Amino acid sequence: MNETIRALLAKVGGLPVPVTELEDGADLYAAGLSSFASVQLMLAIEEQFDIEFPDNLLNRKSFASISAIEATVTQILKANEAA
Amino acid sequence: MDMQVSFLDRLFEAGLLIDTGVDGLYGRSGEFEEVIAAFERLIDRVGGTDGAEAMRFPPGMNREFFEKSGYMKSFPQLAGTVHSFCGSELDHMSLIRCMEVGEEDWTKNQQATDIVLTPAACYPLYPTVARRGKISAKGALYDLQSYCFRHEPSKDPARQQLFRMREYVCMGTEQHVTDFRQTWMDRGVEMMKSVGLDVTIDIANDPFFGRAGKMMVNNQRDQNLKFELLIPITSTTNPTACMSFNYHQDSFGLKWGLNLEDGSVAHTACVGFGLERIALALLHTHGLDTKAWPAEVRATLWG
Repeated sequence: MNETIRALLAKVGGLPVPVTELEDGADLYAAGLSSFASVQLMLAIEEQFDIEFPDNLLNRKSFASISAIEATVTQILKANEAA
Repeated sequence: MDMQVSFLDRLFEAGLLIDTGVDGLYGRSGEFEEVIAAFERLIDRVGGTDGAEAMRFPPGMNREFFEKSGYMKSFPQLAGTVHSFCGSELDHMSLIRCMEVGEEDWTKNQQATDIVLTPAACYPLYPTVARRGKISAKGALYDLQSYCFRHEPSKDPARQQLFRMREYVCMGTEQHVTDFRQTWMDRGVEMMKSVGLDVTIDIANDPFFGRAGKMMVNNQRDQNLKFELLIPITSTTNPTACMSFNYHQDSFGLKWGLNLEDGSVAHTACVGFGLERIALALLHTHGLDTKAWPAEVRATLWG
């Protein structure tokens, strides 16, 4: 999942630095992720993992770092399995 | 009949607003305009000594700048574009036929012009300032007013499609522009009190479009980027935003290339007055006959 998220981030994130240089915990907003790019990333992740972010997870925190995105996606996938 | 319709009907009956047959598109009486003019003079008295540079743009803006602003990413549902007939004489004949028959939409061959209706008074400002070069280290302050268009037909007289927005826009460091915003939040409350209006200030968000917009809304609220000054007009449970206080961080600075003398990207903030909404709040609170308004309110507005 980490690799997939990194690939999507590289594609739609519009970051001025290569994604490979980012640590999993690095602050993506500090790295240059704009509000609009974070929305595009959200839509790309939804399509890739066939999930829908619930309203309470549609916020800056969910996309603050690669590990935050991983945790959010994992949480949604688990909730979907349980449902 | 709900409360909103009845207030609108009362405004029509009193002649303050003039029905055009389109929801949210109204004429204004001389008395209504007097209220707006008086309130703008009050704004001038409060903000006039800050040294803002005044600029007035017509209610249409350069389409190229509109596209660059990203408005269509966030608010496609509100935008209004200006289209015109650009055809030949033969095309003109078909147009007339089409309008006479009335079966087909005669507007379908209209071509987009270089003009888009201004969505907020400050939109034409950013490219104008960017063209001038670097912004003074002391920051910059501008005073704007324009009719603005938002496509949201409604029977709520406080939600018009063409309305006036007075704005102050500040550019500078983060500290400078957030101080500016706080100053105007305090001034706004005092100004409204001085004309007998009951106000609250609350965190707010713009009407971003769709599910992606939900995330923009959450981001905007999490970061305290927008506040509104609310006054009850058609509802006490959902009071109407009559002023807004917006901190754009460095997003407009980056988008338009607004830089300070030291080379850093300018932060920007704006404070907007919804002039029709303020007039409506006054009329709703003090009554439809402005001559019968409380003496202290009249004294503040008309001296």
